Amino acid sequence: MATYRDAPSRPNRRQFLATAGLAAAAAAGTQELAFPAIVRAQEPIRIGQLIPFTGFLGAIGEYGKQGATLAVEELNEKGGALGRKLELITEDEANPGVAVQKARKLIEKDRVVAIEGLVSSASCLAVGDEVQRAKLLMINAGANSDEIRSKRCHRYVFSTEGCNTQYVNAIGNWLIRERKVSRWYFLTSDYAFGHDLLRVARNLLQANKGTEVGSDLAPTGTTDFSQYITKMKAAKPELIFHNLAGADVTNFLKQYAESGMTIEVAGGVIDSAFAWPVGESLRGHFPIIWWHELNNAASRAWAARYVKRWGRPPDNQAYGDYLAVHAIAQAIEKAKSTDGAKLVQALEGHTLTAAMDGLKGRPLTFRAWDHQLLQPMYVVAARDKAKWKDKWDIFEIIGEVPARGAALEDIAIPKAESQCQLEPLS
Amino acid sequence: MTPAVLAEFLLNGLVLGALYVLMALGLSIIFGMVGIINFAHGALFTLGAYAAYQLQGALGFSGALVAAPVAVGLLGMLIEATLLRRLYLQDPLQGLLLTFGLAMVLEQGIRLVWGLSPKQFDVPAGFAGVVQLGTLTYSKYRSFILLSVVLLIAGLALFLQKTPVGVIVRAGSRDPMMVRLLGISLTPVLTLVFGLGTAFAALAGVLSAPLAGVQPAMGVNVGTAAFVVVTIGGLGSLPGAIISGLLVGQVVSLSIYFQPRVAEASMYVLMAVILLLRPRGLMGERWEKFD
Repeated sequence: MATYRDAPSRPNRRQFLATAGLAAAAAAGTQELAFPAIVRAQEPIRIGQLIPFTGFLGAIGEYGKQGATLAVEELNEKGGALGRKLELITEDEANPGVAVQKARKLIEKDRVVAIEGLVSSASCLAVGDEVQRAKLLMINAGANSDEIRSKRCHRYVFSTEGCNTQYVNAIGNWLIRERKVSRWYFLTSDYAFGHDLLRVARNLLQANKGTEVGSDLAPTGTTDFSQYITKMKAAKPELIFHNLAGADVTNFLKQYAESGMTIEVAGGVIDSAFAWPVGESLRGHFPIIWWHELNNAASRAWAARYVKRWGRPPDNQAYGDYLAVHAIAQAIEKAKSTDGAKLVQALEGHTLTAAMDGLKGRPLTFRAWDHQLLQPMYVVAARDKAKWKDKWDIFEIIGEVPARGAALEDIAIPKAESQCQLEPLS
Repeated sequence: MTPAVLAEFLLNGLVLGALYVLMALGLSIIFGMVGIINFAHGALFTLGAYAAYQLQGALGFSGALVAAPVAVGLLGMLIEATLLRRLYLQDPLQGLLLTFGLAMVLEQGIRLVWGLSPKQFDVPAGFAGVVQLGTLTYSKYRSFILLSVVLLIAGLALFLQKTPVGVIVRAGSRDPMMVRLLGISLTPVLTLVFGLGTAFAALAGVLSAPLAGVQPAMGVNVGTAAFVVVTIGGLGSLPGAIISGLLVGQVVSLSIYFQPRVAEASMYVLMAVILLLRPRGLMGERWEKFD
């Protein structure tokens, strides 16, 4: 594909039009504003997507791509943005090094107006630095580390994905209040995301005067958790709180049930794509950003469209990338431009519009000072297999946090604790 | 550590080791006979798990446990007969490159056919739950893995020691020229051995599926571990593969108890130490045909 695009023999329409546009603009003087706009109308607005297709997070890339594709298709049916069609270019984020290379390719070669996606926090941090240098809008639709919104936040980076603090506050307060569990054992993925989640969960446990009875770090891609489980069993905690990601979640939860453990288990974050394969042995409580059975008409209607298009229900990552593409389109319409700085200004303090309001039945707003989308989380519990209506029906929703009527700020990083210092917009 | 916890630790290590042994036996038997280091072994492990996923609806778990390795073994025989066979007289590097490429083709093929999402593969109904031995509770399914591997090793030993084909395999792996001079064609035996080795990898994949989830990259770690195990045990030595597999299982699992962060590195450290002390591995001998 690349060689085809680069082939010198192929007349480069973009260059031709740009040159023609420039010549015309120079000649026409005052018409220079109008003419390039007509020229550009020929070309689609490109949105870059970086999402993992390989490695231990690989499974959710497929969902993310389907979600973003569906968003682009829906928007194009209604005429795209600024009268131009949208085009999605998806690349594998693989690992932080590759992700940065792919981001450069999207920016320099494909000339995307924004990048969205990202799942690994490590990749997201690396690409965030890159888009800040390039002055290009990025929407993080899948990476959770607080760092992305706090210490290493950037003016050009927004997050539709919830951060670890939002997730942990949602599940942790509920566990302590409802289940009265105070002796916790942590099992954590040994990379940026896991460490950050562990820090947040520890703070919460300390604030509630709980005890940490043990903590282990497991490398990503661990397939055998039996020894960790044996250690947990011996430590006799009241709750096992895992800070794992990706395929490790599937393996751990399967082996946890298979080893006959009955201690309460909960996770700091869950991706349904990794919970579905656990099947009937799934147990525990988790915070989730979105679930296809939410009691909300718009949300269910979208899930139905997704099923029709792709033949299976969307997971939370499909939702995340769907939302991110819509947020970019809303920014373009609001700014009436595809210029990076103008898009950033449009999104700061932006409340998602009726065209796509976040599907949660409450107004959702990007905080101006750290660019986090404020939103509720849902505490879900593994549902008994006897009550499943199909194989996707593994969770029941226990509650929305913060509850209706309470402020969405309640679970977010408080401004006083945030280390976010956004760069000046230039 | 109470005795029950210690016992559970050793058992966990044993199960991990048993799966390493299965993988390593397959690799070792192929190397001994065919002289090729099969880089596609991890991908065949994954393929075994997917084949079982596909077949268990129709055949049940026990049916899939037999049918999936047989199917993958047949594929292995096909690969040997059509591709590998052409490379026996070439530079060994060619075989390495071919199997390396094969590994990528298989893994991407799996992604194309079954998609990226992990597949649901439950612990078979009869093996769910735990067995109680005094104060020790242990997973039924893991006990079943141990038992199957023990039976399989016994079966392989009987096959090699007692059957006429087994004798040809053993003789052929040491002195193929002499076997040919005796008027025995090694061509079908080589195909059979390659099929057997791949079937072992596939079986390890099926046995792992209920524990480790079925996903396209599931064979990567275990494939690498199998190479380490074979190197420690001594290339081509079957008893070496067994001893070394169990040893690596215990070392990895005990290092998780004491210091989980070094667990991954522990098997490589073990390999380095053993290679320093015994450059041919634990049970490695001098093989004229490879020197």
